[in-house]
Amino acid sequence: MIRWLRSLIGWTEERSGAIAMVAPIMTHRVPRDAKWWYVFGSATLMFFTIQIVSGILLATLYAPSAAEAYLSLVYIDQQVPMGWLLRALHAWSSNAMVLMVVVHMSQVFLHASFKYPRELTWMVGVLLLLCTLALAFTGQIMRWDQDAYWGLGIGASIVDRVPVFGNQLRNIMLGGPIIGGATLSRFFALHVFVLPGLTIALVGLHLALILKGGISEMPQVGQVVTPETYRKEYEARVHKTGVPFFPDAAQRDMVFCGLSLIVVMALAVWCGPVGPSGVPDPTVINANPRPDAAFLWIFAAMALLPPQIETFLLLASPPLIVLGLLAMPLLANRGERAPTRRPIAVIAFTTIAVAIAALSWLGVTSPWSPVMDAWTSVPTPVNMVKQLTPLQMQGALVVQYQQCRNCHALDGTGGMRGPELKNVGARLSWDQLVRQVQQGGGNMPAYGKTLSSAQTTALAAFLQSCRTDGVGPATIPGALERAATPDQPPVAVPPVSQ
Amino acid sequence: MNDGCAECKGGCDQTPPRSRRGVMFMIGAGLMGVGSLVAAVPLLGVLIAPGFRRYGNTWIDLGAVGNFPMGQTRLASFAIPGSNPNDGQTATAAAWVRSMEGQKFQVFAVNCAHLGCPVKWFQQSRLFMCPCHGGVYYEDGSRASGPPPRGLFEYPVKVENGHLLIDAGRLPGLQESV
Ligand code: HEC
Repeated sequence: MIRWLRSLIGWTEERSGAIAMVAPIMTHRVPRDAKWWYVFGSATLMFFTIQIVSGILLATLYAPSAAEAYLSLVYIDQQVPMGWLLRALHAWSSNAMVLMVVVHMSQVFLHASFKYPRELTWMVGVLLLLCTLALAFTGQIMRWDQDAYWGLGIGASIVDRVPVFGNQLRNIMLGGPIIGGATLSRFFALHVFVLPGLTIALVGLHLALILKGGISEMPQVGQVVTPETYRKEYEARVHKTGVPFFPDAAQRDMVFCGLSLIVVMALAVWCGPVGPSGVPDPTVINANPRPDAAFLWIFAAMALLPPQIETFLLLASPPLIVLGLLAMPLLANRGERAPTRRPIAVIAFTTIAVAIAALSWLGVTSPWSPVMDAWTSVPTPVNMVKQLTPLQMQGALVVQYQQCRNCHALDGTGGMRGPELKNVGARLSWDQLVRQVQQGGGNMPAYGKTLSSAQTTALAAFLQSCRTDGVGPATIPGALERAATPDQPPVAVPPVSQ
Repeated sequence: MNDGCAECKGGCDQTPPRSRRGVMFMIGAGLMGVGSLVAAVPLLGVLIAPGFRRYGNTWIDLGAVGNFPMGQTRLASFAIPGSNPNDGQTATAAAWVRSMEGQKFQVFAVNCAHLGCPVKWFQQSRLFMCPCHGGVYYEDGSRASGPPPRGLFEYPVKVENGHLLIDAGRLPGLQESV
C-alpha cells in the first residue's frame, strides 16, 4: 500500500514537479524569534478560506432576488438541515476575519514590519483590509432585511452628496432610481464574484511578497533598518539562526488557528445566525437601523460630525485615510523598529484604537437617538410623582405625552439625547425652564407652537419639582418673588407664541 | 515560432526581418484594441447605464382625500411605478401626508434628509423624529434639531377627482429633486 502510494506520488511528481515547487516554500527559513506574534495573518487566511467554502454552500441555498432573498434566509434557518449553523458559521467567521485582519495589521504596525523591504507587502495588505471590509459590508446587504435596506439608504445618501455627479453615482450604485432588485443583484455580484476574486489574487500577491522579503524578525532596540544593507544582514542572520517555516513556525499557526476556529464554531452554535431582522419593506417605518459591529464606529461618527463640514468629512476622509495608510511605509521605510523607540507611532496607534473603540461603544448605545417608544413604554418613576400637587401631576403627564421622554431620562430611564431631568428643578429657574421648552435650542426642538399655556405652566411646575430632597428650586439672581414661593406657578406665564 | 523564417530549414537562428514582425505586432495590438473597445460597450454600458438614464417621476395616487382627515399627519404607502417583479416589497414606498385646512396637503418623504433613515411622526408633539442620528423636524417639515442639513423632502402634490396625487418615483436625496 505504502509502496503503491509512493510510486503514485513519484509518478505525479515526475510529471508536475509540484513538490519541488512547494517544498522550498514550506521549508523556507524564518527567524527563530518569530513566535506567537505572527499567527494572526494565518488566522485571517484560514477564516477567509472558511468564508469561501461556507459562502459557496450558502449560494446553493440563497435566492439573490429582492423578492425572495429574505424568505430564502428564513427557509435556510428553519427548513434546511444544519442551514442555521451554516449561516451562523458564515456570520461569525466573517466577524473573526475582520478582527484578525485588524489585529494582524496592528501587530505589523507596532513592530514596524512594514519598513524596507516590506513596503509593498504592507500596501497589498491595506488593499486586503479594504476588501475584507467591503466583503463585510456587502455581506450585510445579502441579509436583505430592514437593516440592509436602510443601510443602503445611508450609503445612497452619502454617495448622493458627491458634488456634481453624486446623483449619477448613486443611481449606478443602486442600479436604478430606488433601492430594489437591481441593487441586491449588484451587491450580490460584488459579494460573491468581484470581491472574493480580488481578495484571492491579492492574497496570492501578499504571500509571494512575504516569501520574497522574508518574515520580519522581532524588533530589537538598536537593530535599525538601513535599506542599503538590510537584505544582506537579514539573510545572514536568518541563515545562521533561522528555523524552517514548516514545521517550526507552522505548528504555532496551527495551534492558534485550531483554537480560534473552535471558538468561532462555539459562538456560531451558541449565538446562532445573525439576522435577518425585520422584512425589507420600505413602508414599515418602525425600523431602527444599525450596522454590523465592524461599522458601528462609522455610524457613530456620522452622528457626531460637525454639520458645517459633515459632507466634506464624509466624502474626503475615506480616500485620505486609505492614501495615508498606503503612503506610510514609503515615508518611514528605515530606522528603528522597536516600539519603545517609536513613541509617536505608538501614541498615534493608541489614540486611533481608543477613538474607534469609544465610537463603537457610542454606536452601540447611540445616546443621540431618540428612544422612539419611550413615551409609552417607560413610565414616570413613581418616587418622582409621589408628593406632587395636581398641577405638577398634570405636568408629569405632559412630559410623558409630549414625547419628552424619547430624549430625556427621568431617574435613569428614557432617552439620552438630552440631559437627565431628575434634578432639573435645582439647575434651572422657572423662566429658564419655560424658555427651554418653548424655544428649544441645542438639539432640542421648540415646543412653543405645540403646547398651550396651561400645558406649559403644568410642565414647568413639574420640572421645578424635579429635585432631590432638601434642595430648593433654582433661581436666577434677581428673579425675586418666584423663588420665595417655590412650587407655585407664577401669576402670569409668558404668552405662548402662536 | 518558426514560421517567420520558413525558408531556412533546420536550426535557423536568424531572426525574421524586423519590419515584418513589427507590422504583425502592430496589427495584432490594433485588433486587440478595437476588439476590447467593442466588447467594452456592453460591459461598461450595463455597469454605468443607471447613471445616465433619466428616471422620470409620475403622478401617483395616494387614495381619496377623505382618507386624510384635516389636522392630522398620516402615513400613506404606494407602489413605485415602473418597478420590476424582481423588486418584491422594495417596489413600495411610504410618505407622510399632512392634511391642512382648505384641502391643502403637504407630503413628505419618510427619508431623513441627513442619511435617509425613516422618520416617524408623533401626533402629540407634532414632531418627526429619526431613529438613526437624532434628526427632528416640525410638522411643516422644517428642520427642528439634529444633524439634518435641511427640512424633510417634499413631494409635489395635486388633488384630482377627490384623490390626492404626488409626483414621485425616485429615492429622495440631497441632490435629488424629489
Ligand atoms: C428631540 C429630543 C428632545 C425632545 C423631544 C425634548 N428635548 Fe429637552 N432637550 C433636548 C436636548 C438635546 C437638550 C439639551 C439642550 C442644550 O444642551 O442646550 C434638552 C434640554 C432640555 C432642558 C434643559 C435641561 C438642562 O439641564 O439644561 C429641559 C428642561 C428640557 N429639555 C425639557 C424638555 C421637555 C419638557 C420636553 C417635552 C416637552 C423636551 N425637553 C423634549 C432634547 C429634547
